[in-house]
Amino acid sequence: MTGPSSGEAVAKASPGGFSWLLEQRVLLSVAVLAVLPWVLPSQALAVNVLIYGVVVMGYNLLFGYTGLLSFGQAAFFGAGAYFTGIAIGRYGVPWFAAVPVAVLLSTCLAAAIGIVSTRTRGIYFSMVTLALAQLVYYVALQASSFTGGENGLRGFTVDRINLFGLQLNFLDPINKYYVLMAFAALAMWFQSRILNSPFGAVIEAIRENEQRARACGYDVERSKLIVFMLSGAISSLGGCMLALHLSIVPLDILHYQTSGMIVMMVLLGGARSFFGPFVGAASFLILEDVISLWTPHWQIFVGAIFVLFVLFLPKGIWGTLLDALRVGKARP
Amino acid sequence: MDLSLIIMQLLSGIALGAVLVITALGLTIVFGMLGVVNFAHGALFMIGAYAGLYLASLTGSFWWGLLLAPILIGAFGMLIEFVLIRRLYGRSIDDPLLLTFGLSYILVEGVRIVFGSDGIPFPTPPQLIGVLDLGIGFFPRYRLFVIALVAVVLLVLWLTLEKTRVGLIVRAGARDPTIMQVLGVDIGRVWLAIFGLGVGLAALGGVLAGPMRSVNPEMGSLVLAEAFVVTVIGGLGSIVGAVVAGLMVGISISMVALFAPEMATIVMFALMAIVLLIRPQGLFGVRGRTA
Repeated sequence: MTGPSSGEAVAKASPGGFSWLLEQRVLLSVAVLAVLPWVLPSQALAVNVLIYGVVVMGYNLLFGYTGLLSFGQAAFFGAGAYFTGIAIGRYGVPWFAAVPVAVLLSTCLAAAIGIVSTRTRGIYFSMVTLALAQLVYYVALQASSFTGGENGLRGFTVDRINLFGLQLNFLDPINKYYVLMAFAALAMWFQSRILNSPFGAVIEAIRENEQRARACGYDVERSKLIVFMLSGAISSLGGCMLALHLSIVPLDILHYQTSGMIVMMVLLGGARSFFGPFVGAASFLILEDVISLWTPHWQIFVGAIFVLFVLFLPKGIWGTLLDALRVGKARP
Repeated sequence: MDLSLIIMQLLSGIALGAVLVITALGLTIVFGMLGVVNFAHGALFMIGAYAGLYLASLTGSFWWGLLLAPILIGAFGMLIEFVLIRRLYGRSIDDPLLLTFGLSYILVEGVRIVFGSDGIPFPTPPQLIGVLDLGIGFFPRYRLFVIALVAVVLLVLWLTLEKTRVGLIVRAGARDPTIMQVLGVDIGRVWLAIFGLGVGLAALGGVLAGPMRSVNPEMGSLVLAEAFVVTVIGGLGSIVGAVVAGLMVGISISMVALFAPEMATIVMFALMAIVLLIRPQGLFGVRGRTA
């Protein structure tokens, strides 16, 4: 999974139109997402691709770019959703204020989990993040007066939103999609800025060789904690989007099966590629939709496909596609 | 609150911990030897419980289920190593974790197809039904049996590892597989056997837990988190660590359940966080490898 050089770096070094295209990745990605509701079989599917795409993109910052395999991303996805729902339903916070508040609180949670988990390395990190995320799950289960416990969080519905005087019916799927897409675009812009910054280079250096990054004078522990928080923040925004979309928050969102699904999505699409998470989320959700049409046991097929990907296509759909394009274009 | 109640709860905790010890031991031995964390460990625990139940009803005796299920599931584990895990040696350490995660999806759904999604009661063997008077209170016979059996299994494992030639090869292989190959040991066969042993221990944990918990396809997911917590507290790869941490977690869960039942599921995670803050490598872990 770890190659000698980052794909982005190869593309920048090569002349021609392909690298220019990659530099416009945010615009390109937004353009693709904008046509999604008209291309996919259902608008519900498109909204889910959008939401899970953002969650997985945040996770990709941690797993793909920094090389930290966390099995606890559901904690931040769920935290974003729960905090949004609680802020709107219990405290009557307007939706546009609830989202930043929820992201901020989720980032604090990510800081707390990150302080403990980034002290560990390798496989230990995966196990510790899984365990701490399960802790969040059980806390949400027990604190039922706040979270609704097993029944999930209900009783907050955003049906009408006021966009600078423009009244939008939020129950209309298309309006809802494009409002949520604005959040996704914001997240993509933010992630792209992180990756292009010097900090983005540091986290990739940590992935390639932690010892060397430390020898170069970078504070590896602090960088890991920061990237853990940033990743949690972006994924929690996906949670906010889910809460606004569904008007309920199911408890299962916090379970480690959700973390596992996020891991599956990033690998199906392609870790370490900018648009891979959206491809992964779309492939997973379409696969689930199609297979569950003729059998309730879709998980067995998804599991098998995932195993085959780990064995034979570790770069995922989008990553493999990008590699093939680069071989054709960058090296004549 | 009187002392005898606390002692009874302590015994309960040890019984609970004994199952955790066996399960976490399988995980930690495989990691110590192969450097692989088996994410399907919880699913294999669950399959062990189902296999024990099925074999017990087939033969009409719990004891055959207890004996055969770990052997059969252990052999199935060797098949998994031979067909899937083996291809990933030398690749990123994350890959076996990811692969076994996908595998757990297949196993859980496979059990749902064969046995259905609902829980099945696992009858306690007739010889062990009821309680035993310990002088200070009554304690379920079955739980005493679990504690005794786990103690015997631990003793046998320890003697095999420390006192036999096979144990010597295994311990040396964990230190330096390359040297072992140079010395003419087929390390691939050792790894195959160890993976089978690890999976067999998970299945044994599943059969033992059967009469104490309800048997359902999802039972493995909680067990996996518990086994992770135990191995992280004890130190990944450390056998002594798995035993100490397993008992520690079992006892803390049942003690907290006595005073604050709603905190019982949370306490082990809190314990883990505290241990990590003080000793990131776990109580008996070796620094450098994981922290």
